[in-house]
Amino acid sequence: MSGPVLSVRSLTKRFGGFIALQNVDLHVNAGERLGLIGPNGSGKTTLINCISGALFNDEGSIEFENRDITRLPPHRRARMGIARSFQIPKPFRSMSVLENLRVPLEYAAWSRAEHRRISDEAMDVLEQMGLKGRANENSAGLTQVDMRKLELARALAAKPRLLVSDEAMAGLSSSEVDEILEILLALNKRGVAVIMIEHIMRAVMRFSERIVVLDAGQKIAEGVPAEIVRNPQVERAYLGE
Amino acid sequence: MKPRINAFWLSCATLVVGGLVLTEVLHNDYYFNALYVVLQGTLMAVAWNILGGFTGYVNFGSAGFFAVGAYTSIFLDKYFGHVLPLPVLIAAAALVCALIGLGVGYLSLRLKGVYFSIATLAMAIVLATLISNWRYMGGARGAYILTPDTYLWFHSYIQMLFMVMLLLTVGAVAISRYLNTSRLGRGLAAIRDDEVAAECAGVPTLRLKLISTTLMGALMGIAGAPYPFFVTFVDPASAFSLFVAVNAIAMPMIGGTSHWIGPVIGALLLGSAQQVITVTVSSELNILFVGIMLVGFVTLAPQGIVGLVQKYWRRAR
Repeated sequence: MSGPVLSVRSLTKRFGGFIALQNVDLHVNAGERLGLIGPNGSGKTTLINCISGALFNDEGSIEFENRDITRLPPHRRARMGIARSFQIPKPFRSMSVLENLRVPLEYAAWSRAEHRRISDEAMDVLEQMGLKGRANENSAGLTQVDMRKLELARALAAKPRLLVSDEAMAGLSSSEVDEILEILLALNKRGVAVIMIEHIMRAVMRFSERIVVLDAGQKIAEGVPAEIVRNPQVERAYLGE
Repeated sequence: MKPRINAFWLSCATLVVGGLVLTEVLHNDYYFNALYVVLQGTLMAVAWNILGGFTGYVNFGSAGFFAVGAYTSIFLDKYFGHVLPLPVLIAAAALVCALIGLGVGYLSLRLKGVYFSIATLAMAIVLATLISNWRYMGGARGAYILTPDTYLWFHSYIQMLFMVMLLLTVGAVAISRYLNTSRLGRGLAAIRDDEVAAECAGVPTLRLKLISTTLMGALMGIAGAPYPFFVTFVDPASAFSLFVAVNAIAMPMIGGTSHWIGPVIGALLLGSAQQVITVTVSSELNILFVGIMLVGFVTLAPQGIVGLVQKYWRRAR
């Protein structure tokens, strides 16, 4: 597997007079693990909102598996194989954990699902996530770490080829971070490309094959983790002059 | 799954047969009047719940749809010289109100939460103003409708209307139940819980919302279509009555909005209680009763009767 699964070309996004992203280029190869870092307000979440379709970019283009998706609504992108988790978990609160997974299975992955086995498929995903025991619990009552797992489980149930994980580990304890990290690595082993947005450097450095750094809406660095740590521009962005 | 489906359709059939038996057994027309009102409330509640309960968009303009349904009947009946059969009028009302519902659905593109609700209320007021100034429809003075003197094999016209309303209500409940338990229903529930997350899980939120508002509109129009023949005199004040809109919200709230049976329970309970109070105490007091019930349920049991029962079951297990 080679060649980019996602390519973002000279993407610009403005909010009124504020330029949130300027001429950002980004590509993700099939099965790759990409870390996306940058200080607060650097445009990471805006970028993945543009990739998942929650926001439309003003200029530039986005291609997924060689198809232009720049103007496609989010649900069409989800069907094509782009899944995301949210920084602040957004479970379907009136549903059980299992039912939460039925939604992406019945919509995003509908054309790829075995329709008679929706519940079994959902159970398989929950088992990988270590949430099997909570299948019938109400999703609103989960603990913080289980809520994060549910976010990832729901993204995974959409059977994506690209997963965008938006700060899935923020606010978790060290052992919980490792737990989520293992899940993401296992997922990637099965051929899913992952974009990880994270502030926990230990996790990003361990996870990423390549890292892209954003600062004030522009890409300031790109490279393997070892290079990024030594990059003076990155240091300046994080620590100041 | 199989036996439950049969149980549902069996109860539907029992209700319809039961209704037919009633028309043979009971000869006091008052009972059919009362039952008609209760069923009309049930149909409105079920319709409201498709958008308000399943999809999470609260509609304050139910009376608008209901009245447009009623006035569609009046218009067609007058225009074609009292020859069109009731089913045609009902179908026409469904079509007109479905279109209005579709329009309201597009509102949901830009308006969420309380803003959407206010827009639906405004829509009802605009429609009421239109009708009030439309002389052909009787304007603000209202319109008289002659009850046809044919009523199939029934003993009176109201008996027939009762049976028509019973069939329509059972049909609406079946539709609502299908929506609640199907893939479509899960998509609607996802929209209610979190629209952005739903969209990212592949749910085509706009299309589903349009289906929901259109269906709601059509069912409310259906509820309104036979109304002129029931009361024989319709004016904007009664057709666009706030009471219709409030009942359509209160009944599902009391019964429970997340399950298809909720609005049915709420409507049967509240509707029958209203009938009893109107006869035994006073018709004014019955409005107070709705208010107290609603406040009571919203504060003490926000999930309605269905929610209470579910909670009890979970505890019992």
